Amino acid sequence: MPDSPIHTNKRFEQETRRLRDMIIEMGGLVENQVSLACTAVIERDAIAAGQAVEQDPKVDALEREVEQFAIRLLALRQPVADDLRHIFAAIKITGDLERIGDYAANVAKRSLVLQHAPLPFSLSGLSHMAVLVQDGLKKVIDSFGEHDIAKALEVWRADEEIDDIYNALFRELMTYMMEDPRNISSCAHLLFIAKNLERIGDHATNVAEIVYYASMGQPLAEARPKGESSALLQTPDRAGEE
Amino acid sequence: MPESMPLALAEAGPRGAAAKMSIRALDFYYGDNRALKNVSLDLPDRQVTGMIGPSGCGKSTLLRVLNRMYDLYPGQRATGEVLLDGENIIGPGLDLNLLRSRVGMVFQKPTPFPMTVYENIAFGVRLHERLSRTAMDERVEWSLTRAAIWDEVKDRLRSSAIGLSGGQQQRLCIARSIAVRPDVILLDEPTSALDPISTLKVEELIDELKQDFTIAIVTHNMQQAARCADQVAFFYLGEVVEVGSAEQIFTAPRERLTQEYITGRFG
Repeated sequence: MPDSPIHTNKRFEQETRRLRDMIIEMGGLVENQVSLACTAVIERDAIAAGQAVEQDPKVDALEREVEQFAIRLLALRQPVADDLRHIFAAIKITGDLERIGDYAANVAKRSLVLQHAPLPFSLSGLSHMAVLVQDGLKKVIDSFGEHDIAKALEVWRADEEIDDIYNALFRELMTYMMEDPRNISSCAHLLFIAKNLERIGDHATNVAEIVYYASMGQPLAEARPKGESSALLQTPDRAGEE
Repeated sequence: MPESMPLALAEAGPRGAAAKMSIRALDFYYGDNRALKNVSLDLPDRQVTGMIGPSGCGKSTLLRVLNRMYDLYPGQRATGEVLLDGENIIGPGLDLNLLRSRVGMVFQKPTPFPMTVYENIAFGVRLHERLSRTAMDERVEWSLTRAAIWDEVKDRLRSSAIGLSGGQQQRLCIARSIAVRPDVILLDEPTSALDPISTLKVEELIDELKQDFTIAIVTHNMQQAARCADQVAFFYLGEVVEVGSAEQIFTAPRERLTQEYITGRFG
């Protein structure tokens, strides 16, 4: 359903806008955090890593602020219909954004361990994944701010590609570890980094689903694209034995 | 705006109960003024139907049609059908007294008769039934108990009902309407003159009464409609805009007008 006209009670209108602005602000902060974390890994940039970690408490504080404000709106305004759905969405989205922030901080911390480790292979796969994850995150935050369902659906569908890249990276890194045990430490960290990025993609997909529900009033009917299947993958040296 | 409610919903209420009352293509006129336009709506058996909408949208008019109270006023007429258990109650030749014993009504302000508590209940019953003294005593106690006011008035049955509090008076009026054992109870903003606790008591009572009666409630209080009603109908300018379960109407209304009204964005 399209956007409604302005609320008869102007203060409530201002409050719902403020809630939306808080989420957009938190989204921007998290977007920046993920970008710094990706730069830290791909460019081996310790300063960016430090900045990504430093931002985490700010994200956590914003999450608490959004939750308190949303609870206040629920208690004092008793919203219904799209007002209710948008406040519910804000509460859900703030949780997803906080998790994304945690994953970004984790990526940044692991990048510091990799700073001086020799990496006798390319990070192009991871780099491509990082671009897709950041793109999805930006789009989904825009989709919330603009009530843009088409954009939310685009992000929702794109998660499959991120999962595919993750699965390919998993195989690739396993191969490097088997080729030379000296790669194990760095590849283990890279595996966790890839997994964290993949989870960021999942949370962006969650946000897309919530944006859809908030605007349309019904959940996305299709099954969610879920392609992460590393748990099912065989290790390369045992592949083909069966 | 849709001309009438979706047919799928017209056939059965939110929980699939059969319709106790079926309103079909109802038009109502105050003189030349067409106050209800092609209204079709079912009141599912032993469920609460909440009617919401801005002032003048026709919801109270519809209640007045459902027990033909409009018959008391010249120049008011209804066309279409209002079926109570399949019988058209707005057709000619209907026994109005019998209809009003089957379709009771409670108003916005408590309207106790200037009589004792006991007589407030017994008066209406005597119009329809001849009961022995014992049977009448039992009926009075049953009604007051069902209306959740027995404990508060059992020691003052012979005192004037005017001395009761507003909330007690309203529950007494509900007791009076159920004393004749109707099929349907119509409540026209029954708690708008009551304090929050009395309001909650009446709402609790509505929840109890729907086990035995079909209930229609007109209210301006959205939260009350959400709390009490199984099915909610939104009226605007004499038409039914949308009918659905309370959950659907208050979380995801289908019609833009409904959404704008219930969220307070009515333009």
